[in-house]
Amino acid sequence: MTIRNLFAGAMATAMTATISLPALAATDITWWHAMGGQLGETVNEIAEKFNASQSDYKITPVFKGTYEETMTAGIAAFRGGEQPNVIQVFDAGAATLIGAKGAVIPAQDLMNDNGVPFNIEDYISGVRYFYADSDGTMIGMPFNSSTPILYYNEDALKKAGVTAPKTWEEFQSVTAPKLKEAGYVPLSQSHLPWIFTENFYSRHNLEFATRANGYESGTPVMLLTESPIKGHFTAVKEWYDNGMFGWYGTGWTDNQKPFNEGQVAMWLGSSGSFGGVKASAKFPFSATYLPYWESITKDPKQTFIGGAALFAMSGHPKEENEAVAQFFKFLTSPEIQYFWHKETGYVPITTAAYDLAKKDGYYKETPQAEIGIKQLSLPAGEWTKGYRLGFYVQVRDVMNREYGKIFAGEKTVDAAFETIEEESNNLLDRFSKTMGN
Amino acid sequence: MKKSQFRSPLYPYLLLLPQLSIVVIFFYWPAAEAIRSSFYLEDPFGFSSTFVGLDNFKDMVLRSDYVATARFTVIFSVLVTFFSLATALLLAVTADRVLRGASTYKTLLMWVYAIAPPVAGLIGIMLFDNLVGPITEFFRTIGWDFKLGVNRFDTAFAMITISIWKQIPVNFIFFLSGLQGIPKSVQEAASIDCKSTLRRFWTITFPLLAPTGFFLLIINITYSLFDTFGVIDVVLKGEPGNNPVTLVYKVFLDGFRGNDLGGSSAQSVILMVLVLILTVFQFRMIERRVHYS
Repeated sequence: MTIRNLFAGAMATAMTATISLPALAATDITWWHAMGGQLGETVNEIAEKFNASQSDYKITPVFKGTYEETMTAGIAAFRGGEQPNVIQVFDAGAATLIGAKGAVIPAQDLMNDNGVPFNIEDYISGVRYFYADSDGTMIGMPFNSSTPILYYNEDALKKAGVTAPKTWEEFQSVTAPKLKEAGYVPLSQSHLPWIFTENFYSRHNLEFATRANGYESGTPVMLLTESPIKGHFTAVKEWYDNGMFGWYGTGWTDNQKPFNEGQVAMWLGSSGSFGGVKASAKFPFSATYLPYWESITKDPKQTFIGGAALFAMSGHPKEENEAVAQFFKFLTSPEIQYFWHKETGYVPITTAAYDLAKKDGYYKETPQAEIGIKQLSLPAGEWTKGYRLGFYVQVRDVMNREYGKIFAGEKTVDAAFETIEEESNNLLDRFSKTMGN
Repeated sequence: MKKSQFRSPLYPYLLLLPQLSIVVIFFYWPAAEAIRSSFYLEDPFGFSSTFVGLDNFKDMVLRSDYVATARFTVIFSVLVTFFSLATALLLAVTADRVLRGASTYKTLLMWVYAIAPPVAGLIGIMLFDNLVGPITEFFRTIGWDFKLGVNRFDTAFAMITISIWKQIPVNFIFFLSGLQGIPKSVQEAASIDCKSTLRRFWTITFPLLAPTGFFLLIINITYSLFDTFGVIDVVLKGEPGNNPVTLVYKVFLDGFRGNDLGGSSAQSVILMVLVLILTVFQFRMIERRVHYS
């Protein structure tokens, strides 16, 4: 590490001496992200736009692999004292980063300290507090935010003579049987923990874990075995057995592909999947809100976001932090948010950006693109702010494992949820101890 | 023979230094670090670290999937080791008899050796793909509704098959050179005494191949325990779900995906001890029966 630095330093000095750069150099900052492919190119474009918009700061985006890989790389770099200025960390990893006191500078403080105006009310309500602490201070700047919505094949629904279901009751009694008759697999979904678990709690305004869904200090306990979620999974398993629901494994694309290819009539995916579906589906499609159970609530609420946030890592000089604050300001500007929204399908995170998209007539041409943000702007409930749970990657792995056992018929719904609750709570307990609480 | 003498008593150590430092830096130091952190609960950023004694070991072993993972690892290793050795031996014996076109045959069989495990995994999941995989289609025509990633057994089948396929060439090369090292005179003498090819193989050829076989056994057990990581990772597409994983893969899942350093270290220490026992057992019990000429 040191030798390489020394060498790099020597090289840099030599180069400066020979080429003689302008005296006033821009402050360089780095941004590690997990956006591959088309998304990565859009990230690069945003960075270029920022660099072109002023001459004081220069941001360099670096693609670090999957969400997990990016986070692990960030942690290793932090321990080696070589952390990037900005790191993109996903929803399930947020607790680890926020729980490690001193690893990040809260986005809100960073902006306030550097004279960048910040008002949390500018952000749309479904996004606002997800990466905040228990006092409502925004820690991570929401970046790519999406929410689960229902995509449907318009041809398939027409053929079956049904409309997209609003409730699961409607799906169960009308939509699914008719679609099945018409020769389709009625429904598939791509992320059981996110769509059928976390967002089940949010949509029905149910308490997911104690201590305010984990936001308050102390060790939260997950509330699964006494919850209506068991009823939901009992129904899903029945649909699966009756050919009303398709499950193609834990992988995201394995479940999206049959929808793209027209075998599955409706698919629950991310609002950010819009571009991908549009590129590969050869049929007209549309989207609507995530269905809910009328038997549980007559007043469905907004859903949680998924995706990731940008965190400013600590341990950098003041000028670099200032550069990060300026970058956050640029990133949250309506124009950039609208650009990001349009290019990727992720929702705009501020009301101003949403208004700009409306004013520009974007939703007139593509009404499907508005579903995600509309769902996030539905009335909030007591339990719709989000969740902050540690070792949540493992908790989701436990869920996926046990849900797989339900579908395979290896376990009953009751037994599976007992295992999930017990193991999740052990993990939360372990996390709490790990964080020195 | 002339006995060589070093001028200074320190000189041999100096020559050994590069090798020793590599071993120490890349093997002993990380191993010691793993043992240390298996006794601590530490947040990934390293802000706080608490000594917890054997709690990490207890937490890991008591998880409902640990025993299942250990059991699968044993089954996986036994099947992969056995079938990759057996198939390679069969191919090598057959290749050894071929005179015409022998080199083409050998090259074709060795080819797979050049493929990296993740690439082998990728080719494997294409062949086993649920929608377009030719192997999957073949299984369906014979009435096996094969579903990779959905059915535990099917996923395990694919993982094991790909891992065996990947390892056959290495074993083949060693077995073939082992076979060609057996003196012709011995084989000719044997064929005068015994008519049965099979019997000749088991009584003459196989014992003479034993040193090669023992070496390959150790290599293959290590391969099936550790080097199959790439294949497993690709087959699972990063999401284990309800699919079986090996102990090594679980160390990765908890440590790198989940950032549970203490728990992951405890698991790798358990694995280290297991491998140590296995190696001692192999050298004590099996090597005694191997005759080096």
